[in-house]
Amino acid sequence: MLNITVYGPGCAKCKEAERRVRHVVEASAMEANITKATNPVDMAKAGILATPAIAINGVIKVSGRVPNEDDIKVWINESLVRTTVEK
Amino acid sequence: MLKTERYSEIHEPITKTPRPEVQNKFLVLAGIGAVAAWYLVYRQLPVLADWLTFAVLGLNQATHLGSSVQFLVFETPKVLMLLVLVVFGVGIVRSFFTPQHTRAVLAGKSESAGNLLAALLGVVTPFCSCSAVPLFIGFVTTGVPLGVTFSFLISAPMVNEVALVLLFGLFGWRVAAIYAGTGLLIAVIAGWVIGRLKMERFVESWVYATQLGDSEAADQELSWSERVRLGREAVRDIVGKVWPYVIAGIAVGAGIHGYVPENFMASIMGKGAWWSVPLAVLIGVPMYSNAAGIVPVVQALLGKGAALGTVLAFMMSVIGLSLPETIILRKVLRLPLIAVFVGVVAVGILMVGYVFNLIM
Repeated sequence: MLNITVYGPGCAKCKEAERRVRHVVEASAMEANITKATNPVDMAKAGILATPAIAINGVIKVSGRVPNEDDIKVWINESLVRTTVEK
Repeated sequence: MLKTERYSEIHEPITKTPRPEVQNKFLVLAGIGAVAAWYLVYRQLPVLADWLTFAVLGLNQATHLGSSVQFLVFETPKVLMLLVLVVFGVGIVRSFFTPQHTRAVLAGKSESAGNLLAALLGVVTPFCSCSAVPLFIGFVTTGVPLGVTFSFLISAPMVNEVALVLLFGLFGWRVAAIYAGTGLLIAVIAGWVIGRLKMERFVESWVYATQLGDSEAADQELSWSERVRLGREAVRDIVGKVWPYVIAGIAVGAGIHGYVPENFMASIMGKGAWWSVPLAVLIGVPMYSNAAGIVPVVQALLGKGAALGTVLAFMMSVIGLSLPETIILRKVLRLPLIAVFVGVVAVGILMVGYVFNLIM
């Protein structure tokens, strides 16, 4: 199962990023654990300098902009391939 | 239904669009065409505004109403068109910069040179005040000096593309250049002063102890079509958000344009009133508005005899020093440092105000 974290303190762009992630995950009918990190200290610890940011299984995929849903699909796909290979 | 079909492809391998060079050629042609069309329409705006006001609406140019309506009908599309063009361009420029790159450039830089570089990078690096805290922690813990970090944090909101477009569109390139130049100067000097004062002990102590994660993955190469998409999104985000303020501001400007007598403001905001600059800063600092909302009001003030320095000081204190950002920064900074930050920037703005009132 994928762990997806959306980092954002609650600005409009961060909400939009979270909405797109949820949309992609719901439409693909796969299981993913989506969490929202709003604490700026957690963001700094994760190495994020600009929000919104999205991390999948702990790897930061984007930071400082709202990605489009196709990008999110590609990242999820890559992470799925990686987890299958590792298994 | 179509959508679900699209998302069901999620496990399919992703095929990249072929031949990026063909795509780039198309983008360049489309770009040239769009700019040419933009310019043609922009050139015709005065004629269109006059035609609409005097021929279609049948207003008389000599009346207050006529001159107000003409102002509104001309300025609104003009400012919005400039805004779209510049926000799009800036969106593309910013796609070449990331806070990570900026940090790598600034880390370990000496003060002075570092302050200047930070102020310049603050203009082009994408930055939103809601990520001021992670950015601050990320900068100071990886060797960017405190004062250099502040130069970045001061210039990023102050020298902002919306403010520059509006100043250029309404007052010409000289005022826009003065604003950008003095804004940078304040960021450089205020950051340098904060660095000299050795204020590191007023940063919350846990900040320097924060262990940072690795963020190299966020660094991706973008294609040109993605950059264009980022530019378009910037237009949709920024222009989509500020257009009501622009129109409201121009309407206020139009009202003053036609009805308030010339030199009405001269007595309260003119050069002669020495206290007008500090008063403008005092009023401006707690006020928080985006640049779009404030500039047309500024135009009305200037047009009616307010001094340029006073008005620039007012505008800088509204845009450059914002209460929400200071509150956010309180998470990582102790009160003395926040006070020094606001104080130093406010003094810088005061000096800009006085200097311009003296020389203009």
